[in-house]
Amino acid sequence: MATAKAHGTIDVDEERCKGCDLCVHFCPPKVLRLSGRRNSLNHRVVELWDAARCTGCEICAHVCPDMAIVAVYREVVRA
Amino acid sequence: MGRPMFMNCNRAVIEAAILSGCRFFSGYPITPATEALEQASHRMAAMGGVFLQGESELSVINMLMGAASIGVRCMTATSGAGFALMQEALSHMAGIVELPCVILNVSRGGPGFGNLTPTQGDYRIATRGGGPGDYRCLVFGPSTVQEAVDTTKLAFALADKYRIPAIVLSDQMLAETSEAFDLGEPLAEAPVDKWWATTGCKGRTAVYLGRAQADLSPRAEYGGALLTPNLLGLEGGGESFESHMLRLVEKFRRIEAAEVRTETLYLDDADLVVVAFGTSARLIRPAIEEARARGLRVGLIRPITLWPFPSRLLAETATHVSEFLVVEMSLGQLVDDVRLAVLGQAPVRLFSTLGGVIPRPETVLPEIERLLSVVPSRA
Amino acid sequence: MEQVFRQPTSAALETTYEFCAGCGHGTSLRLVSEVIDELGLREETIGVLGVGCYSTNPVLFDFDCQFALHGRAPAMATAVKRLLPDRLVFTLQGDGDLTAIGTTEIVHAATRGERFTTIMLNNSGYGETGGQMAPTTVIGQRTPSTPRGRDVAMDGHPTRMTQMLALLDGATYVARVALNTPVNIARAKRAIRRAFEVQRTGQGFSMVEVLTACPSGWRLSTLEAMKWMEEVQMKTYPLGDLKVPA
Repeated sequence: MATAKAHGTIDVDEERCKGCDLCVHFCPPKVLRLSGRRNSLNHRVVELWDAARCTGCEICAHVCPDMAIVAVYREVVRA
Repeated sequence: MGRPMFMNCNRAVIEAAILSGCRFFSGYPITPATEALEQASHRMAAMGGVFLQGESELSVINMLMGAASIGVRCMTATSGAGFALMQEALSHMAGIVELPCVILNVSRGGPGFGNLTPTQGDYRIATRGGGPGDYRCLVFGPSTVQEAVDTTKLAFALADKYRIPAIVLSDQMLAETSEAFDLGEPLAEAPVDKWWATTGCKGRTAVYLGRAQADLSPRAEYGGALLTPNLLGLEGGGESFESHMLRLVEKFRRIEAAEVRTETLYLDDADLVVVAFGTSARLIRPAIEEARARGLRVGLIRPITLWPFPSRLLAETATHVSEFLVVEMSLGQLVDDVRLAVLGQAPVRLFSTLGGVIPRPETVLPEIERLLSVVPSRA
Repeated sequence: MEQVFRQPTSAALETTYEFCAGCGHGTSLRLVSEVIDELGLREETIGVLGVGCYSTNPVLFDFDCQFALHGRAPAMATAVKRLLPDRLVFTLQGDGDLTAIGTTEIVHAATRGERFTTIMLNNSGYGETGGQMAPTTVIGQRTPSTPRGRDVAMDGHPTRMTQMLALLDGATYVARVALNTPVNIARAKRAIRRAFEVQRTGQGFSMVEVLTACPSGWRLSTLEAMKWMEEVQMKTYPLGDLKVPA
């Protein structure tokens, strides 16, 4: 039986992030968190802390109100 | 090569508008302007334009703002109570977005809901503006149907040239007058580049028209005033609100220098100068002619543009006449501008009629005679 | 890896949104931009924006926009669409702009069946001025002008403007969506796309009401705001298609 696994990653524009927590909350594999870093507007910015488990599902990009997730990448590997 | 026509003034103005390329009319029925709405309702579509009755004068003026924003020549016709509802949008179009449009305001006896009698009591709201802040609109005060036609054509041309609304200030009596006129040809105009018209950004940078902010996309152009950084008192990129206002002031000065139109009679030897516009001026002309026939040295200054106002002419005239007599159908609105222009160099008297009463030669002539019997001749 | 998500070109990206953290306006603007991109209509679009944070904070559309006075966007859009019927014309209005001061204009535009689309961002209050009560504020909701909570006896009932508009013959497609979950965001985008497609067929007026969070106005954190939207706001404003093309 063939199975497939998705791997993904994202690009974050840290200057646009406001640390609103939506992407962190809605990320299915829970690979996002608010980092200790702050941007020039003093918002805590989000980071992808466990890239290996990111599936590139795009949910973070869709829920982000600030277009801070500027790109999502994905590859599907068929076993 | 004329186009002789015979028509009611309201309808004649629509014909002049169509000749001038007006292709959007929105209006609300209001006596005594309604014939204009009706004329537009069948003529606009016939000329490939759009006619649309709005649900209130508030909606009407904002429909004009939409049409003007895409570069289409547009107009409405209304009366005092409706004109009052248009003030916010007029202020915005004149002072923030800088949009052309033409408004035929057929004054009727105010204040408030008013009644259906002639008046010139909308002079102040037209020339000073009833909306917030500093702005100006072009204002024309025609006396005859011919002049209403001519000033309407001029209104469209100058509104586009200067990016400013234009008001043609008629009144109930003129509106209900039907007379012969020559529609003539469209005015010869230099082409106007409406780079700011938001018709879709094909082949060019996008335009944000009407309210721009700092830090907006450098890919956009701003066709109006920067507001938000100045709402918060912050420095913004691009033009500041102050520099926008200074630029407007400079534009108003240019208009004042170039676009004043006046009719003058017998100023060379006048001791008393009558100042009147529109229907008043027309009604009392026989009094002036009769006075002259009796050897009285009376003259006339008849502003045709109410803004820009013939301040310079009045100030200069004041140096060689003894007195002014302002004749108007209001409690005294034009008289304030005359006094400001004359600046105390000569007395300015007021002959005011109210409540639908019109000035007549038989009532004005005695006043002319009385004043001239007591003022010294400057000869 | 293949890039599967990129920001829409109809959204200009050189500047940052100044909306509050978690505000639904940013998401709404992006969804509109994505749909315009997908329909290939960026160069033929004219946006008519009302008065609210969505228009006085930096607007990030990269296409022609006009800015209307408070409540008057449907009047402007009426003229624009009548004069340029082949353009994509939409109004973007807040709930205060549309259901309070703008009632006349929206009702008559929808009644006449004007062929533009209205997108209403409903955060149950006047966000830009601090969250005061709007016609869409729900019963019991505390705002700076209803400090003890909206009370029917004193403040009246909330409006269901969208329901009223759906009754009109001139309205062709009317829907209400929300941005509180990824699934709902996807549904919101589909509704916006459907509304624009209805406009392209020339059938009549189309409208999408989008429930958007206002964490600042509601004095809630972002996640609390999403919860409040789901548990409270949606009870007064249930989601779904209120009218679909015949």
